[in-house]
Amino acid sequence: MPKKVLIAEDDASDIFLLQRAFAVAKVPATLHVVRDGQEAIDYLEGEASYSDRKTYPLPDLMLLDLKMPRLNGFDVLKWLRKKPGLKRLLVTVLTSSDHPTDINHAYDLGANSYLLKPHGSSDLAELIRRVQIYWLESNHCATSFVE
Amino acid sequence: MESRYQATVLLAEDDPDDVLLTQIAFEKARLANPLMVVRDGEEAIAYLKGEGIYKNRDKYPLPILVLLDLKMPKLTGFQVLEWLQKQSNLSHIPVAVMTSSDSDPDVNRAYDLGASSYLVKPPDAGTLLALVQRLHAYWLILDQKSVSMAA
Repeated sequence: MPKKVLIAEDDASDIFLLQRAFAVAKVPATLHVVRDGQEAIDYLEGEASYSDRKTYPLPDLMLLDLKMPRLNGFDVLKWLRKKPGLKRLLVTVLTSSDHPTDINHAYDLGANSYLLKPHGSSDLAELIRRVQIYWLESNHCATSFVE
Repeated sequence: MESRYQATVLLAEDDPDDVLLTQIAFEKARLANPLMVVRDGEEAIAYLKGEGIYKNRDKYPLPILVLLDLKMPKLTGFQVLEWLQKQSNLSHIPVAVMTSSDSDPDVNRAYDLGASSYLVKPPDAGTLLALVQRLHAYWLILDQKSVSMAA
């Protein structure tokens, strides 16, 4: 059964690069994309258009950008870790920011991991490959997101 | 901030065979990172607190990654996780549960208590070596660490 990855990213070219990186790294995962923090929350809540869990399943892993319109990555983390059950979701921050305050803040708010967006496309494919190997193969994720 | 290539990994594990196997795997993987071992939940907390002998941070540096068994004497891995959740100055240290249990309630509870990751101890040395290499490639190379803020 292929794994499901939810990408929360507002920049269209970054989305394209990520999707290509998954393809180049030959990661057997289905990708869903949300374009800002509010859409990420709606998706995870199964709100409105996302209520169909067959089409919009809960992911095995979320790659979360920090700087997004409406609600940012920190807002999503803050919201998520308060939700019983759903808080077990794996969230890796994937951002261009290497500021220690952002890194600290993300971990304080419960990010499982924090990754820097690399500049080269082959570096991005390698990052995605390591994400797959670690989070989607080795790591055991929660089996239920209901308390 | 110390170089990540020298950064310490803390292993909390009571089974001496599992400790030895992990130490061997770290050596075989040629990891430069020092592996510090504590044998029960109380010792794990004392290490992270910097209590007693662990006050000497030159000898016992704060780890960059914790590998945490669940079934340990004195205090369990779950109790260590519960304690860690309350320490705002240690929340930046990723904790990977590493246990023989793959039961759903244990996995779900570990995440509820703030574990970053959940790994099941592999049955043989070869797979353990591969897992240690993956741990290294992900946590010690790729993942971004914040500057230690603890005492």
